Amino acid sequence: MTNETVWKLITVFAILFVTLNVAAFLIWLERRLLALWQDRYGPNRVGPFGLLQVVADMVKVFTKEDWIPPFADKPVFVIAPAIIMLTIITAFAVIPFSPGIEVVNLNVGLLFFLAMSSLGVYSVAFAGWSSASKYSLLGGLRAAAQMLSYEVFMGLSLTGVVMLAGSFNLEDIVNAQKGMWFFVPQFVGFVVFFIAGIAETHRLPFDLPEAESELVAGFHSEYSGMKFGMFFVGEYLGITLISALIVTLFFGGWMGPVLPPIVWFTIKTFFFICVFILLRASLPRPRYDQLMSYGWKVMLPLSLLNLLVTGGILLATGK
Amino acid sequence: MFSLIRTMWTILLHMFRKRETVLYPEEKPYIPPRWRGRIILSRDPDGEERCVACYLCAVACPVDCISLQAAEDGHGRRYPEFFRINFSRCIFCGFCEEACPTYAIQLTNDFEMGEYVRQNLVYEKEDLLISGPGKHPEYNFYRMAGLSIKGKDKGEAVNEEQPVDVRDLMP
Repeated sequence: MTNETVWKLITVFAILFVTLNVAAFLIWLERRLLALWQDRYGPNRVGPFGLLQVVADMVKVFTKEDWIPPFADKPVFVIAPAIIMLTIITAFAVIPFSPGIEVVNLNVGLLFFLAMSSLGVYSVAFAGWSSASKYSLLGGLRAAAQMLSYEVFMGLSLTGVVMLAGSFNLEDIVNAQKGMWFFVPQFVGFVVFFIAGIAETHRLPFDLPEAESELVAGFHSEYSGMKFGMFFVGEYLGITLISALIVTLFFGGWMGPVLPPIVWFTIKTFFFICVFILLRASLPRPRYDQLMSYGWKVMLPLSLLNLLVTGGILLATGK
Repeated sequence: MFSLIRTMWTILLHMFRKRETVLYPEEKPYIPPRWRGRIILSRDPDGEERCVACYLCAVACPVDCISLQAAEDGHGRRYPEFFRINFSRCIFCGFCEEACPTYAIQLTNDFEMGEYVRQNLVYEKEDLLISGPGKHPEYNFYRMAGLSIKGKDKGEAVNEEQPVDVRDLMP
């Protein structure tokens, strides 16, 4: 094995290790932050600042009874939680954490991410279908419709960035932001991508697929033990992925003064993860038809308009 | 759209508010004096058991968690041979305290009675009986009601009034 291969392998496993640990850590972070914004303390007993709560939660979720309902479609039921984790972890491969630290420098990186997040829809749709219960099915249906429609203008909102950078390669996109971070010229694109990102990870306020006050727990109603845990790990990984992408595409990725690039990347990503949690703490859930009409009647025209204006300006300035 | 952002800002500012949580084991909350907690059996000022084993508490108990057996001493004074409260059933409603004619059974403001073994929540008489008079320090049932002893009925002693015939009071 050459030196380069060893280095690559170390990077791959380090990224895998860090992202999975971040997902576990986010369970604790979310509970602490929600508590902070609701005038409570949150988990503060186990270990310093309650940090060992993560370990306690892990022990709990791994030792719980893993129950598969007899009426479920077993192979599909088992494979569904694996898909969401697999697709999201794979999507992390194209994220440039800092110059040199990335799994693969793909020239269609952005398309790869979009493909992976589209494949993630199968997870929730399979989970809802194979559970053979009405709440799961409704949750799965909602998830499939919501994720597919928000997928459309998630892609469209990114086209502006691609036009400005002239590349689908995420590293090139970051390097193109040397002069100005893309959230200034692509502010509309940023807003649309952020909202679509929330809907993609089905986080609050767009958590209609699992809406606990209507659908018990939506598509994962029938899941227990680590299969249930994997949906949650998938959700937290999704938040991390979307935050990392927002940083990469609109906020200059690893760029920043003084501190090393990886630190800047972490700080920016952490900020957006906190925004995700703040959204959950503050906003109520819309009705389902509101969500769909908002998507198709507001977000889609907005992203198309953004595309048109960006294209027009680029054409006029002759770049 | 603006209202959504304002909502998020307001929630963010809650970060700097005072916490509502009472950190319980370190920080004890205020327990009102009439709190209905662990049940005790009190003694009268002379140090005798107040309980006359009338079974009214056991009858009043909605979950049937009190059981007792009446006995009589040589002077015809009634007392409970055993008195048992199953605190794993008790709902701390306080009906027993209300039913008690002698202020014997009382609820205290102690609520920290967790156990690892369910059987340990069954309290016997020696667990329930305290050495003091509890909430009514002056009250002594037999001083109020009189006591019949051998050769003397109620109201026959010097300066003792005849007991009220409750049937006379009926309309």
